Amino acid sequence: MGLFLILYLPTQMKHKKIIINKSKFNIIVERLSHQLIENHGDFMQTVLIGIQPRGTHLCNRIHQKLSSLLSNKNIKVGNLDITFYRDDFRRRKDPIEPQAMDIDFSIEGKHVILIDDVLYTGRSVRAAMDALMAFGRPKSVELTVFIDRRFSRHLPIQPNYVGQKVDSIASEKVIVEWEEIRGKDQVILLNSEK
Amino acid sequence: MKTLSAEHLLGIKYLTKEDISIIFKTTDNFKKIINQPIKKVPSLRDITVANLFFENSTRTKLSFELAEKRLSADVINFSAAASSVKKGETLIDTVNNILAMKVDMVVIRHPNPGASIFLSRNIDAKIINAGDGTHEHPTQALLDAYSIRERYGEVKGKKIVIIGDILHSRVALSNIYCLQKLGAYVRVCGPSTLIPRFINKLGVKHISNLKEALNWCDIANVLRIQLERQDVKYLPSLREYAMVFGINKELLMNLDKEITIMHPGPINRGVELTSDVADSGQSIILDQVENGVAIRMAILYLLAGKVKKNGK
Repeated sequence: MGLFLILYLPTQMKHKKIIINKSKFNIIVERLSHQLIENHGDFMQTVLIGIQPRGTHLCNRIHQKLSSLLSNKNIKVGNLDITFYRDDFRRRKDPIEPQAMDIDFSIEGKHVILIDDVLYTGRSVRAAMDALMAFGRPKSVELTVFIDRRFSRHLPIQPNYVGQKVDSIASEKVIVEWEEIRGKDQVILLNSEK
Repeated sequence: MKTLSAEHLLGIKYLTKEDISIIFKTTDNFKKIINQPIKKVPSLRDITVANLFFENSTRTKLSFELAEKRLSADVINFSAAASSVKKGETLIDTVNNILAMKVDMVVIRHPNPGASIFLSRNIDAKIINAGDGTHEHPTQALLDAYSIRERYGEVKGKKIVIIGDILHSRVALSNIYCLQKLGAYVRVCGPSTLIPRFINKLGVKHISNLKEALNWCDIANVLRIQLERQDVKYLPSLREYAMVFGINKELLMNLDKEITIMHPGPINRGVELTSDVADSGQSIILDQVENGVAIRMAILYLLAGKVKKNGK
């Protein structure tokens, strides 16, 4: 029986490894916020845009942090849905469910900080830049990501602010879990290879 | 996300409640998109759509064309008046010729009931019915129900009366199917000659008195008298119809509640609605037109997702 379990389990179980725990998680959000302040000052000319669905959590955290650090309490923040701008429409088995687009201001002439949780192939960010242009011509666009999966880009896209760089292979998944969704702030590396 | 259970949009009859809710949810997103400074998304850039209008139309045709262009599809337009149909070409030949030019989707309006169903069985393209004779007009029914949902939060439990020429109206039939699927109560009102004989079979009651109908309903969907489809006289005169079934401000003021007025257009002012009603705050006629573009974008997007990719 014991031998059976030893042989059986590793082939069925997914390897799950916590790569960022709660305390490190908060330090990273704090650091990203300070880096943004270093370059954007009081955020009068800068707006935060979270990419739906998962970039919005990081966007909200950074927004909270910035609001507590700065005297400007009206930092503009929006959510960008990229479903209709993606390059894999009709190429997936199931369609992607569109999420809310909440940008009730013009980004004309503003510095835009695009925010997402994981940067992998770069295709979402490409779609996001396309979607963003529908709201005006920004002065500049920068990219903030919590996790940068290096060496896996399909497009020439690099982030300006990175929470943590991760080296991973295609069969692995990096999942950022948020307290408001999963009850815990952490990042896990999932290996689904048998 | 789940996909639509139907391969084509031939009529509301062939949609499930779930399908309608997927369409409404997608429409919410497109409504935001068409209120952005730049109203165009690139989703359908490798799709070609043919708009085949064998019957006159302003609103529906413009609305479909705009929806297709906002989705970046390539669009070709065809209207029967200026085509080889006049030279004796059959429907299937006309459409096959157009499909030979590599068209992925067909939007069709035709005076014969069932034209879109006939096409869907014989042609390899996604078909959207934009009105087939006196049968169905599914996009109109969806945008009507969507406008009700937008105004009241939900359609379930609402009381809707459809007033006018029910016999010749595809809008009425599609509306009845759609509203009933969403859990609303529907009744019809109009002269007995213009009410289909077996309307009760659909679970719809006929109210012959306009005042009684308005007192019962939350929403009145008012239709036009379709003189072009009437080969015999169904009414003595339009003037008499306007006197008995025309809605005016005074009639609405005398109700003990505020009802919502809808109209699929085109309005014959002074016949089914007076101008002060059509242009009042109670009327959501222009909201219906705006929602029409978003609904059609959603349908085109969802059905385009089912178009096979070249070579696969």
